[in-house]
Amino acid sequence: MAPELMDYDEAIERFDPVMGLEVHVELGTVTKMFCGCATDFGAPPNTQVCPVCLALPGAMPTVNERAVEYAIRIGLALNCKIADWCRFARKNYFYPDMPKNYQISQYDEPIAYDGYLDVDVDGETVRVAIERAHMEEDTGKSLHVGGSTGRIAGAEYSLLDYNRAGVPLVEIVTKPIFGTKAAAPAVAKAYVGALRDLLLSLGVSDVRMDQGSLRCDANLSLTPAGNPVMGTRTETKNVNSLRSVERAVRYEITRQAARLAGGGTIKQETRHFDEATGTTTAGRSKETSEDYRYFPEPDLVPLAPDAAWVESIRAALPELPWVRRSRLQVEWGLTDLEMRDLLAADAVDLVAATVAAGAPPAEARSWWSAYLGQKANAASVSLAELSITPAQLARVIALVADGSLNAKIARQVIDGVLAGEGDPDEVVAARGLAVVSDDSALQYAVDEALRAAPEVAEKIRSGKVQAVGAVVGAVMKATKGQADAGRVRTLVLKALGVDAHTGPNWP
Amino acid sequence: MVHLAQLARIDLTTDELDLYVGQLSVILDSVASVSAVTTANPGVEPTTHAAGLTNVYRPDVLVPGLSREAALAGAPATQDGRFRVPQILGEQE
Amino acid sequence: MSTETLSGTDLTRQTASALASAIADGMVSAVEVTQAHLDRIGDVDGAVHAFLHVSADSALDQARTVDGARSAGRQLASPLAGVPLALKDIVVQQGSPATAGSAILRGWMPPYHATVTRRLLDAGVVILGKTNLDEFAMGSSTENSAYGPSLNPWDLGRIPGGSGGGSAAALAAYEAPLAIGTDTGGSIRQPAALTGTVGAKPTYGGVSRYGVIALASSLDQVGPCARTVLDTALLHEVIAGHDPRDSTSINAPVPRVVDAVRRGVADGVRGMKIGVVKQLGGKGYQAGVLESFDAAVASLIEAGAEIVEVSCPNFEYALAAYYLILPSECSSNLARFDAMRYGLRVDDIATGAEPVSAEAVMSATRDAGFGAEVKRRVILGTYALSAGYYDAYYGSALKVRTLIRQDFEKAYAAADVLISPASPVTAFALGEKVDDPMAMYLNDLATIPGSLAGIPAMSVPCGIASDTSLPVGLQVMAPALGEERMYQVAAAFEADYVRRFGGIVADGAPELAVAR
Repeated sequence: MAPELMDYDEAIERFDPVMGLEVHVELGTVTKMFCGCATDFGAPPNTQVCPVCLALPGAMPTVNERAVEYAIRIGLALNCKIADWCRFARKNYFYPDMPKNYQISQYDEPIAYDGYLDVDVDGETVRVAIERAHMEEDTGKSLHVGGSTGRIAGAEYSLLDYNRAGVPLVEIVTKPIFGTKAAAPAVAKAYVGALRDLLLSLGVSDVRMDQGSLRCDANLSLTPAGNPVMGTRTETKNVNSLRSVERAVRYEITRQAARLAGGGTIKQETRHFDEATGTTTAGRSKETSEDYRYFPEPDLVPLAPDAAWVESIRAALPELPWVRRSRLQVEWGLTDLEMRDLLAADAVDLVAATVAAGAPPAEARSWWSAYLGQKANAASVSLAELSITPAQLARVIALVADGSLNAKIARQVIDGVLAGEGDPDEVVAARGLAVVSDDSALQYAVDEALRAAPEVAEKIRSGKVQAVGAVVGAVMKATKGQADAGRVRTLVLKALGVDAHTGPNWP
Repeated sequence: MVHLAQLARIDLTTDELDLYVGQLSVILDSVASVSAVTTANPGVEPTTHAAGLTNVYRPDVLVPGLSREAALAGAPATQDGRFRVPQILGEQE
Repeated sequence: MSTETLSGTDLTRQTASALASAIADGMVSAVEVTQAHLDRIGDVDGAVHAFLHVSADSALDQARTVDGARSAGRQLASPLAGVPLALKDIVVQQGSPATAGSAILRGWMPPYHATVTRRLLDAGVVILGKTNLDEFAMGSSTENSAYGPSLNPWDLGRIPGGSGGGSAAALAAYEAPLAIGTDTGGSIRQPAALTGTVGAKPTYGGVSRYGVIALASSLDQVGPCARTVLDTALLHEVIAGHDPRDSTSINAPVPRVVDAVRRGVADGVRGMKIGVVKQLGGKGYQAGVLESFDAAVASLIEAGAEIVEVSCPNFEYALAAYYLILPSECSSNLARFDAMRYGLRVDDIATGAEPVSAEAVMSATRDAGFGAEVKRRVILGTYALSAGYYDAYYGSALKVRTLIRQDFEKAYAAADVLISPASPVTAFALGEKVDDPMAMYLNDLATIPGSLAGIPAMSVPCGIASDTSLPVGLQVMAPALGEERMYQVAAAFEADYVRRFGGIVADGAPELAVAR
């Protein structure tokens, strides 16, 4: 039975949402957190396992140094303090996808704590406070077989693959996020998006939400407007895309609001987000209350990251996304609004790559946000999904700059690239789009045009340089538009002995 | 006791429960002295490791693991290269 | 013993060092030595039940490899090459079943070697098989083994101690000259004491725990066992040393314990300060044990040692702290035995309308597969770690551990080594304490403080109790990484004992009836 929902605007009027976001990121280390097995995604089941990650009797964990380094890197980038002494703990609970029946995690001594991340939400900067970032290990995967729905409850048995068991995770936990009101879903989405960009730039993970290497749990509670008492929270799991983060938070706001307004109470529970319906559903309530019986992991020794090591990690931090964005904005000479448009269109990296391939920033930005933006819109795909690479675009821009193409033909070349006809040069050749750039051929057309209009030639020669347009137009017509207009103008003026630079600006 | 047995995933019989309740209370009475002695010695730090080591790391380098056959060899049941187990309850509706 | 006298004698009566030099000199082959011990196992193990599994074929293969190397003129792998050994069945050996004495692991074949196993095989030591123990090493008598108890070769109506009673009984029954034990609260030292053999618990972290089925990770330690101090030291050097697979393993040079033994034999204990711990004696200790211990103290004084009494007041709380730390850690360590990936699975449960679930199978399997003592400790540990009780129980126990370490530090400021009886009593009768957990726990009274502090400690036989005519063990404890002085004192004491009584204590064990 579908629960009642309250209209979103009404819900926000009557309640203040309080969020807490927990993001798990799988680190891109070569080996697992506590053993030397590979972490490759998609390997055949149980081919990346050993006595340690299968929890065979007698096996013992050893800490992957690079995972610790990555965790510190994440902590530093999130403006966290790095613990000078911390430990792993055992979180004890039975679950078949967790071979030891305890998870090695960090409990009250995380490696990084007390940080923040500034995120941009519709032009406003919102500072999200970070409670902690701690290290732990992933579980295996279970496949449920025999039930009608494929869900656990209907399954008759389960098949377990432990390739993922022990893959290093860093869990990043925010402090409660208050005061976002109607923007809560957007803040949640922007936070996870900013975190994703940050983690990607740090090189610590491939952050593929679709493959589960970035996973988000959204805690949400509602407080009656003006009432300082915290409400009971729900934890929504299985939120596997940025869009889902936003939808899940929005859904929980409307669901909880309706329930509270109807005199009901919110149960502290785990809920699952359903991508297909955009709704959340309650998990099975546990027979016994959770009691994880944490205690310090006796098979591992404490971590005391050396200050010099931490500082060397800090010094080697790559340029962080927000620093890079400000730098690019200055380098490209963009206004705040222009930069924001690029960000909104997810075009910053594409423009940067195009510039890196040799294109002038203005041209690169203009192509991505205008012509290619229209193409992406028309196809309902993101810019990055268009089948043209920054290098290909840079080549088109270069062909325009050297006069081989004009703007109109350049668009045809791009159409060809998008249609899969090959690189720009191949499209140019195949479609016969080469601008007439052979000066002798052009020269012939110019001479013809001047001969056909001696009075115009005389005007230009006498100083009325703006009259050159008519001759250029005639040449363009004669060459079916395949000439570079700028080059034609130069040739016309040269033929008439006029210094191009003394003339008025083109056009 | 029933709750503890559930937490420990041991399906104790009623007889076992009765026996252990009695035995555990005797044991707990005799180990309760640790609480008193630490109260009498405030400021004592706990010892979790006799070794006193810190920062023991392993390089992020692949180490050959088990073949799938070896990994599955001891399993009570397998199917399609995976461990086959009875249906898992717990999460989901 | 010189090699000339070896031929024609019973190879099983020899020390490991004598066998090793005879093999190295070509006086006898490793295969002959191995076969002699396999024969002895065939003769007496029906009565002693030291072994859970005998690996005759692989043992003979290993022996052949040693003989092959020798006849090819290659350097032997170690000073113990070709000597047979009994491996406690809590240390995994690839290709040999491992049970940890539990029904839940019946038939499990480990697909990998423990680091200790690998070191033994690399050293050319021949592994005869796996020895019996209390289930998951929880016990002091081997009566908690799911496969039946081992019996004490000194008196087959009595237990050999535990948990490593199988290894100790194998040595005392001359089924093997060397054995591997593990010691969490006394599981090497107490069986050594009760069987008149030698057993050493190295400094915590001195020997790798990788591949050793965990009981209490912060306490467990693997150690060497033999009938003489020299043999124990030789084995110690084979198995000790840093292992990157065990994060708690000490990265330091292995103590030169064989040299220390030679020093002890040559130089004795003259001038050493030996501390007698006031709290490890008196009430709770058998009269015959105390008498034997006092005689040992007297002989040490005679040998020139200075005896000082030291007081360790917090030892009074050691047993309580131990019986909180151990169950807590073991409740977590034993969680992996859940019927999902290996071992026993009980899934023929009459569950009525309910379909069988993983949860139900786990609980039924753990009830059926674990014995009473294991269940008792798992439940106790679950309780001690649970929310609201952690500080009072586990947390407090860890603080007591600190106090005990501090007691040891003060004591070692006054003495080079400390001594005590290794066990408060001599071997007790089968069934005598099996229904009284608290009485059973008291067997570890003398050994637990050293376990909590992580220091090295060993038991060396110091005589026969006048009241029971059974062996008594002298515990020698040294500061962390102080194995050399521990072995030196033990070796000096043993040499003195041999001088006075004409042989080691184990030689006095009665002949066992041969079942042929």
